[in-house]
Amino acid sequence: MPMIPKPLPVLAGLVGEYYGWCRQGELRFQRCRQCGAFRHVPRDICAACSSFDWDWVKSSGRGAVYTWTVVARALHPGFAGDEPYAPVVVEMEEGVRVLSQVRDCPPDQLQVGMPVRVEFVAVDDQVTLPYFCRA
Amino acid sequence: MERDVIKDKACIVGIGETAVCRKPGSGLSEMALQLKAAVAAIEDAGLKARQIDGILPFPNLGKAEAYAASLGCVDLRFAATINMGGAMPVAALRVAAMAVASGAANHVLVPAGWNGFSGVRVRETAANDSDAIPGAAIARDFYMPFGLNAPPQWYALMARRHMHEYGTRAEHLGAVALAMRKHAQLNPGALMHGKPLTMEAYLASPMITDPYRLLDCCLETDGAAAYVVTTAERARDLGKTPIYIMGAAAGQPYPADEIMNRPEFHRIGLTTAAPEAFAMAGVRPGDVDFAQIYDCFTFEVIQQIEEAGFCARGEGGAFVENGGIELGGRLPVNTHGGLLSQAHLLGLGHVVEAVRQLRGEAGERQVKDAEIGVVTGWGDFGDGSIAILRR
Repeated sequence: MPMIPKPLPVLAGLVGEYYGWCRQGELRFQRCRQCGAFRHVPRDICAACSSFDWDWVKSSGRGAVYTWTVVARALHPGFAGDEPYAPVVVEMEEGVRVLSQVRDCPPDQLQVGMPVRVEFVAVDDQVTLPYFCRA
Repeated sequence: MERDVIKDKACIVGIGETAVCRKPGSGLSEMALQLKAAVAAIEDAGLKARQIDGILPFPNLGKAEAYAASLGCVDLRFAATINMGGAMPVAALRVAAMAVASGAANHVLVPAGWNGFSGVRVRETAANDSDAIPGAAIARDFYMPFGLNAPPQWYALMARRHMHEYGTRAEHLGAVALAMRKHAQLNPGALMHGKPLTMEAYLASPMITDPYRLLDCCLETDGAAAYVVTTAERARDLGKTPIYIMGAAAGQPYPADEIMNRPEFHRIGLTTAAPEAFAMAGVRPGDVDFAQIYDCFTFEVIQQIEEAGFCARGEGGAFVENGGIELGGRLPVNTHGGLLSQAHLLGLGHVVEAVRQLRGEAGERQVKDAEIGVVTGWGDFGDGSIAILRR
């Protein structure tokens, strides 16, 4: 059977900018220049104050596990054979939450509040994804 | 105010449902399936198809113009698409009520149905980068690369967090699965009729995406259902007991198109919709005789029971234990067996069952003297809808 690849993000617009920083080994989130609110996922405008002015601000890269699920049966053929694996929601020090995986933690050892830090994995020439490891 | 404009002004006057199946599949197109249900609903109402002048189709499953052309609705005056996934059929009760109360239409048809088993399945819809859901591009760019690919995985994140905060347990999820299965034993039309379930068998069913086991997941189904709404005035002249829409509302989580960055992680569309609907109806959760709650997965029943106000947030696990949501319990839920044990008709089956109960046509599973019932919908990343109905 032909291998079906894992899905990848479409690198256009703000999404492309976010993953562009990842490719340079930096996790950055938009921070509103007017009110200082961080946001994720990327959006054109600050939902707190309606400002269109923002900067890509470098994250500390540190956060804590907020919730997760352990996938025992892949629901996308690209992940068949990876089970069990755990998509994990990480709450960053900046307050935003990121969906990723904690790659060095067996799923049955995950705990809410577990400290983690970002690490980057180049999937191909174009795409680098932010994953996490135990801090 | 809206609550005065539509309260008790509109009635469900017709319901229709096809047979439901998994293997070998319906053998019909999704449009033909839905037309079958639509014809049955129009006939049940005692109407002619040409009298239907409003149609609310399920997103991506057919255009209003196509239904009108096929059914011979020569005077289609009102059509709209409600982009709320499984919350659509109940959200459509409010829109249909607004339409008939305002005179925008006289008779509104709401169909929904699919080849959910033999056609493109939900998991594949998600995996195929569909634009069916409002958050599709966000899921594609920020969830799917990390292996979060389909609805049970999205909602499992919510269930797991709820378990952490409130001590909700696997046995609570199991109690939901068991209640739906028990009710299906009283419904000859349910896919799980004749297949009773024990807690031991539930707990032994294979894990799909923790905390969801196989038996926490709804049944991918081929089938369709439909209903017809008209004004209370016209309803009195038709054949069947009119079922009044006392209150109806819809709501969205915030943000609706992204799950992870919600300031209040457990707030869903129903959280704001339910108080609005109960206020409109002028009744309280404790006044209702049953609830048909969109049960795509077991935890969503617990969460909606909480957010609809049947109990406080965090107390849903205890609420469903010990037969609490079974017939004879404090709040019978999904008396037809629900998406988990009857069939997945996109939530429209829940409306059909609510009408059957209020008409007193539910046979063995009839809630005695049922006068007021609730029906909810859930879709996409937690969109919600609710209607409070009475006979």
